[in-house]
Amino acid sequence: MESLQNVADGFAVVLEPTNLLYCLVGVVIGMLIGVLPGLGPAATIAILLPLTYGVEPVTAIIMLAGIFYGAQYGGTITSVLLRLPGEASSVVTVLDGHALARQGKAGTALGVAAVGSFIGGTVAIVGLTFLAPVVAGFALDFGPPEYAALALLGILLVSTIASGAKVKALIAAAIGLLLATVGRDAFTGAERFTFDNLSLADGIDFVPVAMGLFGLGEILYNLEERHRAVHPPGKVTNVWPSRKDLKESAGAVTRGSVLGFFLGILPGGGATIASMAAYAAEKKRAKDPSRFGKGAIEGVAGPETANNAAATSSFIPLLTLGIPANATMALMFGALLIQGITPGPQLVTEHPELFWGVVNSMYIGNVLLLIMSIPLVGVFVRILRVRAAILAPVTALITMIGAYTINNSVFDVLLVVVFGAVGYLMKKFGFEPGPLVLAFVLGSLLESSLRRSLLMFDGSAVGFFTRPISATLLVVFVLVAVLPLVRAVRDRRANPVPASDTPVINREEESV
Amino acid sequence: MPNGSADATTGEPAEVPAAGPAVEPADEWAEDGQPPAGPVANLAASLVTAAIGVAGAVSAVALGLGTLTQPGAGLWPLAISVAVVVLSLAQVLIGRRGGDGEKFSRYSWLSLVGLVTLLGLVALLPVIGFEIPALLLSLVWMKFLGGESWRSAVLYSVLVVGVLYGVFVGALGTNVPHLF
Repeated sequence: MESLQNVADGFAVVLEPTNLLYCLVGVVIGMLIGVLPGLGPAATIAILLPLTYGVEPVTAIIMLAGIFYGAQYGGTITSVLLRLPGEASSVVTVLDGHALARQGKAGTALGVAAVGSFIGGTVAIVGLTFLAPVVAGFALDFGPPEYAALALLGILLVSTIASGAKVKALIAAAIGLLLATVGRDAFTGAERFTFDNLSLADGIDFVPVAMGLFGLGEILYNLEERHRAVHPPGKVTNVWPSRKDLKESAGAVTRGSVLGFFLGILPGGGATIASMAAYAAEKKRAKDPSRFGKGAIEGVAGPETANNAAATSSFIPLLTLGIPANATMALMFGALLIQGITPGPQLVTEHPELFWGVVNSMYIGNVLLLIMSIPLVGVFVRILRVRAAILAPVTALITMIGAYTINNSVFDVLLVVVFGAVGYLMKKFGFEPGPLVLAFVLGSLLESSLRRSLLMFDGSAVGFFTRPISATLLVVFVLVAVLPLVRAVRDRRANPVPASDTPVINREEESV
Repeated sequence: MPNGSADATTGEPAEVPAAGPAVEPADEWAEDGQPPAGPVANLAASLVTAAIGVAGAVSAVALGLGTLTQPGAGLWPLAISVAVVVLSLAQVLIGRRGGDGEKFSRYSWLSLVGLVTLLGLVALLPVIGFEIPALLLSLVWMKFLGGESWRSAVLYSVLVVGVLYGVFVGALGTNVPHLF
């Protein structure tokens, strides 16, 4: 079978020493930044994008992917030990994980989380292996109308599913689309929004935008947050989960794997939503839900398994459709574009070594992470002793020098700083930077697909509804856009006092 | 280590610092979150984004819209700009109670100072290379923004710049402007 041969070739790619090394570097960095509160995986990947210029595409993506799923492992550690989620996707782990730690069972929580993460990740890789080529094959027939509809739906879902103010997220996304139009118009050759600046004539590069909004914006924001002292925890003992612990969490791990896998595929889904959904599911089906929040092991096993499964499966839309499902995948998309590879359905057939190399590297990465999270957990806990005051300038300087090295251009560095300030302000005013970056990445694809479609349909928008797939996607788009409005109006009629209940746990909401 | 870790470990060293009796997690998060930005901030932010939309729309029209059959360069930017304006105006209404974002605190000055030092680095980089500006930035961030002692700030700053030099100039051989 040809595909099996490709899978095997993929392993050969991973086992090349360089790729193994970058896989290790990626998962170690991911684990580290997962442990350190502050910088998340998106920020780290953004900051390290310039490093990927010099290496092979497959090596670059192997490393960046390692950072992403490595952070899911690392984020657990601080959630359990310090009640301080290192990553958004570990927020719910705090509830029961920290309760377990208080009962002296931190080791149990961390051990079960590590095993669950490993199983969730592995199940998702197997799913990815079989599902991705099928989806890619299906998408080969997609034309401009389908891509336009898919990109629109992706941007809308990412903006509206994430926590926080939805309209603000949509505004951010629209501004991202607007930013993507800067530069020479590919159809007419007209210069748009360049203000006669030569540096803008070719458009704004993705990397400075991502490095600024995610990287520097986060660093500036943390400067202000830093005064909240982190107390390094004491020793962690007995991380090996007992047979009883594993037995108790087996069900949660199984359900978390499946739930996480499917939620990861959906645009706007991903690790954070998956962990929250898994927690809710475990609590719902428990015989005694009151145990949750007081140290129920399923409350750690479910979400931690699900976030890893989702982190892995969220590669499916990127690698098969060329549509990033979340902000981190938007960065991967950017990284591939830098390498001259446009992610899309042809990726599996045109670059099988890249596709299978990256997928198979995840097996290796998960094994490495399991080793790091159980026997070596003490080493990573020590990282928390490094003070934020010392780390902040290090990350800032790496960002600045890295930004320069992309094109040897001071203008790029300035762009990073400007977008860093924008990113900081967006955070302060409640705008998510994720939708902006995602929309920015998809902007030119969306515009060119729309314009090609209009040419195809002779200027009639009805044409979109004559093709089954684009019609379905657009109907879903309209439903996603309109349903929340309808629901809000109905709620307001039902109870005149506007209720501010949101289904997802939202830090900003809770702090009223 | 400064006193930060000392008071955390005054209890049993093997125990994770516990924060009093078990409270609902939602309340626990509340204590370290900052107050939301409020209605004025929402109005200001929405007006700024609306202004971006209006500016975008005006320039888009100037670019030429073309027709649906032959779209001009400005048609798509106009469509997005209109969306920005509409959404911003909707946000003015929706967010009038101001439930999201974060108020600026006295610590926000730290971020502003940080931004100014970064701009300083950008200005000096092409003139005198990265070493001296990076050293100064690192010192300011560690000593004044981070509250480190002079001793550790100087020590770590020199170390950091040295390592960056080793990595970016020595190992990677990048073209980042350097003095030495």
